[in-house]
Amino acid sequence: MASVPAELKYTKEHEWAKREGDRIRIGITAYAQEQLGDVVFVELPKVGAKVTAHQAFGVVESVKAVSDLFAPVSGEVVETNAELPQKPETVNKDPYGKGWMIVVKPSSAGEWDHLLSAEQYEKFVAEAAH
Amino acid sequence: MNSPLKRTPLHDAHVKAGARMVPFGGWDMPVQYTGIVEEHRAVRAAVGLFDVSHMGEFEVDGPRALEAVQSLTTNDASGLDIGQVQYSALCYPDGGIVDDLTVYRLAADRYMLTVNAGNIDKDWDWVTSHAPGGRWRNVSAETALIAVQGPKAERLVGRLTDRDVTAIDYYRFAPGAVAGVRTLISRTGYTGEDGFELYVAAGDAARLWAALLERGREDGVAPIGLGARDTLRLEMRYALYGNDIDATTNPIEAGLGWIVKLGKGPFIGRDVLEKVRAAGPARRLVGLEMAERAVARHGYPVVKDGAPIGVVTSGSYGPSVDRYIAMAYVATPHAGVGTDVGVEIRGQVKPARVVKTPFHPSRTKK
Repeated sequence: MASVPAELKYTKEHEWAKREGDRIRIGITAYAQEQLGDVVFVELPKVGAKVTAHQAFGVVESVKAVSDLFAPVSGEVVETNAELPQKPETVNKDPYGKGWMIVVKPSSAGEWDHLLSAEQYEKFVAEAAH
Repeated sequence: MNSPLKRTPLHDAHVKAGARMVPFGGWDMPVQYTGIVEEHRAVRAAVGLFDVSHMGEFEVDGPRALEAVQSLTTNDASGLDIGQVQYSALCYPDGGIVDDLTVYRLAADRYMLTVNAGNIDKDWDWVTSHAPGGRWRNVSAETALIAVQGPKAERLVGRLTDRDVTAIDYYRFAPGAVAGVRTLISRTGYTGEDGFELYVAAGDAARLWAALLERGREDGVAPIGLGARDTLRLEMRYALYGNDIDATTNPIEAGLGWIVKLGKGPFIGRDVLEKVRAAGPARRLVGLEMAERAVARHGYPVVKDGAPIGVVTSGSYGPSVDRYIAMAYVATPHAGVGTDVGVEIRGQVKPARVVKTPFHPSRTKK
């Protein structure tokens, strides 16, 4: 089973979200990168762009597949991982660390509470596998 | 609706090795073991094993065997030596491609045709209903096929056989025992590297696979999935049936004019292909290199000055060339090497250029 850090929140689209003060850092889970295989392309929004919970904010492509990236929460993009499009393989190597994608300033406080806990996400992945 | 997926004799070995299995042409096949890029590099740097047992094999023999092969295929099999292989194609009367295949001359009056996995039933119906003669046998189920590809393939196979494999030239084959198992050792492949394809009885395949893995450890051998098979062949611009060629494409526009021998006598599709060659094809299958990071995929439009001029048939990141590459049909006026074109990806046009192929230099035995 791929790692699911206890301190993060998750979505059913396999993104993780990490609270950092009044901002939220976002990436894809270890399970997601495993399923994708070698990531060869990442497209992220620009700083200042608005993202909406459950809607696509970017694209990640592996050798075999194209996947949308879905925003866990709504808000404004305040930071993006500028290195990632140049080094897409970082998503595979360090999905919860250097493979982060964007930082969002959330516009709606309630959305955070609807994200999955690590335990809930682990259960969701285990069920999806069967 | 869904018929159960077929399994090769190596299916258990793939599952035990932790391969990710996916449906491919009706078969449950390994797409990757450790990762497509890593497996791709293992083949270019050392040696990789591919289970290609899903491919089909037909044998035809008898006094009319050559006549049958000649009437069905586009290449000229009349000059093949016993022990020689030829790349060829089956065409429809309109020049569209039924399948691409290799033709083996096994004996004076006996040939083997190796066809694509997803086309076995269609091809079998085609050859048996259109061949003017010959005794045909579909030996696909009883035949397994293991490809051993990479710069260390000759060392590995050579270590496991008494046969002098260095004496087997490119597109030649010889019978021989490998790891104590009767095989047909064919110096062919689909990677652009030197290597062999070992035809073996289905019941012996697992033993041969295990021996190659065990004895190849010192060469850095690795099992390779269909994912890397696809990126390896793409870097060589080898066509993949169903992606780059199919019933709606003809061999001449696909860059396979070299396997169309109009002078050999009548064969199915000849009249149309003669006209295509005389007039020149309206479009050509070309290699594209993306100017920036962008993956062009099958079906994406190719454009020039805002107008559609073609379509991508295969595309990926090429691990050995470290570029984003593709194959595409492009209208002939825009098909010249050096032409700047665009590929429409999710509504955005990304710049690309028609380039020389193969993308990566071939290292097959000459």
